[in-house]
Amino acid sequence: MISAPLGRGRRAGAVARLRGQGPRRPPLALRLSGLAVAALMVVPLVYLVVRAWGGDSGSWELILRGRTVWLALRSAGLAAAVTAGAVALGVPLAWLTTRTDLPGRRAFAVAAALPLVIPSYIGAFAILSALGPRGMLQEMLEGPLGVERLPDISGFFGAWLALMLFTYPYVFLTVAAGIRGLDPSFEDAGRALGRSPWGVFRKITLPLLKPSIAAGGLLVALYTLHDFGAVSLMRFSVFTQAIYLQYRGSFDRTPAAILSLMLAALAVGVLVLEQSARGRARYYRSGSGSKKPLGRLELGRWKLPAVLFCSAVAGVALVLPLSVIGFWLLRGLAAGAPQVAWSAAGASVLVSAAGATVAVGAALPVALLAARHPGPGSVVTERLAYSGYALPGIVVALAFVFMTTSAVPWLYQSLPLVVLAYVVLFLPQAAEPLRAALLQVGPRIEEAGRALGRSRRTVFVRLVAPLAARGALAGAALVFLTAMKELPATLLLRPTGFETLATRVWTGATAGLYSNAAVPAALLIAISTVPLYLVARRVEAEAGGGRP
Amino acid sequence: MAGALVLLTLAAAACDDGTSAGASGGAEETLTIYSGREEEYVEGLFEDFEKSEGIDLEVRYGDSAELAATLAEEGEASPADVFFSQDAGSLGAVAGAGLFAEIDEEVLGSIDERFRSPENLWVGTSARARVAAYNTEALAAEDMPDSVLDFAEPEWEGRIGFPPTNASFQAFVAALILLEGEDTATEFLEGLVANEPLLYEDNEATLRAVADGEVEVGLVNHYYLYEVAAEEGDIPVANHFFDGGDPGALVNVAGVGILATTDGPDAARRFVEYVTGEPGQTYFPEATHEYPVAEGFNAPEDLPPLDDIEAPEVDLSDLAGTLEPALELMAEVGLL
Repeated sequence: MISAPLGRGRRAGAVARLRGQGPRRPPLALRLSGLAVAALMVVPLVYLVVRAWGGDSGSWELILRGRTVWLALRSAGLAAAVTAGAVALGVPLAWLTTRTDLPGRRAFAVAAALPLVIPSYIGAFAILSALGPRGMLQEMLEGPLGVERLPDISGFFGAWLALMLFTYPYVFLTVAAGIRGLDPSFEDAGRALGRSPWGVFRKITLPLLKPSIAAGGLLVALYTLHDFGAVSLMRFSVFTQAIYLQYRGSFDRTPAAILSLMLAALAVGVLVLEQSARGRARYYRSGSGSKKPLGRLELGRWKLPAVLFCSAVAGVALVLPLSVIGFWLLRGLAAGAPQVAWSAAGASVLVSAAGATVAVGAALPVALLAARHPGPGSVVTERLAYSGYALPGIVVALAFVFMTTSAVPWLYQSLPLVVLAYVVLFLPQAAEPLRAALLQVGPRIEEAGRALGRSRRTVFVRLVAPLAARGALAGAALVFLTAMKELPATLLLRPTGFETLATRVWTGATAGLYSNAAVPAALLIAISTVPLYLVARRVEAEAGGGRP
Repeated sequence: MAGALVLLTLAAAACDDGTSAGASGGAEETLTIYSGREEEYVEGLFEDFEKSEGIDLEVRYGDSAELAATLAEEGEASPADVFFSQDAGSLGAVAGAGLFAEIDEEVLGSIDERFRSPENLWVGTSARARVAAYNTEALAAEDMPDSVLDFAEPEWEGRIGFPPTNASFQAFVAALILLEGEDTATEFLEGLVANEPLLYEDNEATLRAVADGEVEVGLVNHYYLYEVAAEEGDIPVANHFFDGGDPGALVNVAGVGILATTDGPDAARRFVEYVTGEPGQTYFPEATHEYPVAEGFNAPEDLPPLDDIEAPEVDLSDLAGTLEPALELMAEVGLL
């Protein structure tokens, strides 16, 4: 039991003693900006309450039937299974690519992050066409083995597989960033006390990574709760589907609103779980002087299994969907030169970059409150700020349709509105890495600054901000990538005639013209790769100890 | 944050460029269309309209059902003038919410009464029939059953495919409930599911599967055969039309309605006249292989005349109200 007293009780106690008080009261400006962000984030919730209130009692009867409860359980079960799977993939990948002598680890680090650029509906489509009952795999097996039909992978397994494969990078990226921030002295202490490398990992490294794992897992769980594309392609009925069927099948929006509120409640449950998993632990470096680089572990005879594992994940999560898109792209090229959607690409980059920038700005007060001033007010702000992320895109989009047309009509169907919707939809992706980075800065740096007579503001600008910038960058990249793929809110809120790559993919795919959809899909992936590559390379380079 | 503001300003400027460029040709009128029909299939018609009528169209493409929900949220503040829907269900929903203005009887005079709302709130622009598309290498015309309900029999196990998430398939289930009652519909869907059908994303994927011999029969709309054949050349697929008012031969429409809140009622009326009149009624048979809905226009080449299809007697305005039980039923048997 080395890690517990080192990592938690005594150190946390020491920090509290040094500060000589409980959590500080946040400055007024911070509280106000936190409130402003929370106010924006509750737009969908207010709308849902208005809609739910307006209905007759029949809607409630509809909701309280057994099927609704059943769907809620399925959603929760899927979210739990996907999160567990994503952690099982993301943590080993992060550790192998940052802390071991895995051959080709730079390439694997980039490949492990890349599936994030593939929209889950495209990924699910690729899995189905490759592994479905009469997919490409069956075709390969038919000749030699006479397999006429593979078992159906749709349903729970297919939905789980698709969501896990295209969301595990959230865990991978946050954990890789967490490993980068580890203080090697803990591990050194463990080794000095005679622990095996595996023992050190299990007893020291893993507990220290808990906040990062929880942060990534939270993103995965909430993503799974609001996903519609993958579950509908895999025909696994969950809560979002019940909401969509309500919108599609009846014009009464009350049942859909009530269902959405229940989904938001489910998300709060996930947040509470994450909170307890994150624990009260605080992990700062106590060290004086500069951090020394982390050592690399020699894999020895585990080298081959490790390479196989990394290759298998990259094969299914990356090569497979890219091949399917490539197949349609070639068909399109063979049929004649398809139009390259350059203007849509520009539009996508513009609106996603704006969304990422504003989201980081909005996430800053939320993350600062959560990391620096824990307390009831901060918790409420944070919970509210995360609610939009659990709601299906169409719910958030319709909330903005309703709010803007009735209150601020000049904002309706404008680009700033699309950007605002992205912020509400994806804020946690900016806030989580930011908070993790802020937690690692440690209050003592600030205290040192204050002790040297600097104002709180100066300390923040000169000391905290540069250290938090890494988290901000990672958050901005995540939001940018997700915004590039976003469809329902973009379709409903964009200015008429405004096209992004995602809407182009949708246009092609709904018309059944996969070759037309393949060009924007390939472009979308190619563009998303750039910010992702930068983030992944940064993770890899810094973990490698190659600091300037 | 400063960076964000700069970006937003740029974005707003870019957006202004994009949307106002079309209107720069002078003091022309502009009409906003919410289109649930895919760009691919209506773009040509819209361009012809702009040229011949001198009215600019701003078209917002989306999913029919989602656009209908959007119209309901927008209410009085809707910028839309016309809603062009993929199916009668969404038109019926918008009409039911009281968002459509009545269309002049004169405009509608030539349209078959089957294909418009009894209150003149919406009108069909083209008709499509449900068919069983079959692979001609695996099956002959006489192998096809008399009724679509026969596909629930065990002999069809592993031989059928269809797209359950597609609005046209869902409308077919709604019609089945209207015609035969919920019990028969349940029994049919359960039998169908027991036959382990292959389920596809959309009509086109289903038809390609029939062409490739992955399944022998696909339940689709009639015109996908021609869409795929146009891309692939000769394919071994034929359409089977059911007889005797069978639910499997449902004839549905795509159509338009004018929003009550339109600020250009004359332009909107001209648009409806255009798509239900000669230009539209000759465009759809040629461009999309759909049937014209106005009298005096010919069916697409190679297709039996619409009057020869013994379609079931379903009031299309009733489909909207039955869609919800239909979707619930499909969810219960595991198709959604």
